[in-house]
Amino acid sequence: MRPRAAASFTILCLLLAILFVVDLGVGSVSIPPARVWGALTGAETDPTVRGIVIDIRLVKALVALMAGMALSVSGLQMQTLFRNPMAGPYVLGITSGASLGVALYLLGAPLLGTYAGIVGGLGMAGAAWIGSAAVLVIMAAVSSRVKDIMVILILGIMVSSGVSAIVQILQYMSRDEALKSFVIWTMGSLGDVTSSRLMILCPAVGAGLILAIACVKPLNLLLFGEEYALTMGLDTRRARTLIFASTTLLAGTVTAFCGPIGFIGMAVPHIARMIVADADHRVLLPATLLTGGALMLLCDVVAKLAVIPVNSVTALVGIPTVVWVVMRNR
Amino acid sequence: MAHAIELRDFSIGHGSRILIRNVSTEFASGTLTALIGRNGSGKSTLLRALGGLDTRYSGDIFIEGEDLRTLSALRRARLLALVTTERTRIAAMRCEDVVATGRAPHTGWAGRLSAYDRERVAAALAAVGMTAYAQRTMDTMSDGECQRVMIARALAQDTPVLLLDEPTSFLDMPSRYELASLLGSLAREQGKCVIFSTHELDIAVECCDMVALVAEETLTNLPPDRMTVEGHIDRLFKKTITG
Repeated sequence: MRPRAAASFTILCLLLAILFVVDLGVGSVSIPPARVWGALTGAETDPTVRGIVIDIRLVKALVALMAGMALSVSGLQMQTLFRNPMAGPYVLGITSGASLGVALYLLGAPLLGTYAGIVGGLGMAGAAWIGSAAVLVIMAAVSSRVKDIMVILILGIMVSSGVSAIVQILQYMSRDEALKSFVIWTMGSLGDVTSSRLMILCPAVGAGLILAIACVKPLNLLLFGEEYALTMGLDTRRARTLIFASTTLLAGTVTAFCGPIGFIGMAVPHIARMIVADADHRVLLPATLLTGGALMLLCDVVAKLAVIPVNSVTALVGIPTVVWVVMRNR
Repeated sequence: MAHAIELRDFSIGHGSRILIRNVSTEFASGTLTALIGRNGSGKSTLLRALGGLDTRYSGDIFIEGEDLRTLSALRRARLLALVTTERTRIAAMRCEDVVATGRAPHTGWAGRLSAYDRERVAAALAAVGMTAYAQRTMDTMSDGECQRVMIARALAQDTPVLLLDEPTSFLDMPSRYELASLLGSLAREQGKCVIFSTHELDIAVECCDMVALVAEETLTNLPPDRMTVEGHIDRLFKKTITG
């Protein structure tokens, strides 16, 4: 490993650990650090404090960590696969697919007369998974026929636009309470994930990350474009399928549980690239993973302190990064 | 002499337009072949077909005796390397890493390099005279320098067949001759079959063992002196001027 990469990993790990601890310490209820520590180690006797630290803050911090890692790695995969610095889970239509699923569930189900507020979580997650998987199947079908990756990119944007149109129609037609729950979902929240839902989030994201790690060599080859990758011995169709599967697991799951969290997937790979100054995915992927986790924790801390939706924070952090990338590429 | 590449009843075209019709010829190991012809005559199409990127041809292509259609991407990558005309410039990627990517068909799932792989990477960089650039990143280099590094990447692939589509296009005049003589020595000393397309007839005639002319739906593959004697090159010139 190059010295710069080793140093970066050390710093990023430290930063991640610090932010994780800070995230546990911050919240709407003020708890002294000693009692937070006590709750984690089991020394705290007050069940309310224990409940807040373990069931709310620890779960939320883990969700932030998972969401940041998953969205960032997904963004990195998309940027490499599409050879486009602006690519991310959103561009491919995965987030939109998930949104459509959730919209149909939250807005559509009440229209049909079955109010689905109680079954809640799993139904919503399932709807988002189906939505993102459906978009992915379409993308995969098109990409096996069309070699030009730009066509897929344009198609992704078209899918997103089509989906927002359908969602708008649903919004226009729906009742107030259904509309409100959907609007809240679109704002993105890390706090709606209960520890039982964490049991679904963690394995799904874990599987996606393992697939991503298995794809480091294909990703390095794909930096040169699909044709060069092919001449260097890559089974491009298989690689693309694996990367797509990984991205659905990562971005689809996070979107299902936390709502559409914007800009993290697009911005973090650029920050990671700047930190390690390397294009090799064996270095870049872990760097993106750590940076993504750390940045999401930071956004969560800021969101909690300012009491605003985390989606607004990620946008405010992500947009300058994206603008900076665009300006630098000029 | 062994045939590295053999074409049998080979035809290829774009849509309804046929570029090469029913050609049977072979390209030997240890020879440098210049592929010439006018713009749009089918040079790139032929190279892409040989490289396995364009499978819409009829007839057969045999690489080292194996039918190209039956080869897996990995097997193909061990037999032939291709440098396309595409401008490749990857931000923050070091030359050394670009060339190391060429070792992909020989490394494991994570692409870890062995001592031998590193040796080949260093040798490939040295062959194109880019050793001093090993730690430079591609975004700080000129087109010509990037082109050379991409050629080094193909060399590191260590294949019996090397295909290059207009490799001299970004290079200045002395570098063009340097590259042609480098390709010549790779062919003759390492026994590779090297084919490159070019618009430079002087390089084709002076530096190459064979000249393959794509014109009028056919492929004429002859040593340069016979190519000149039989008037193929004059005909190309004449067509270039009048057509």
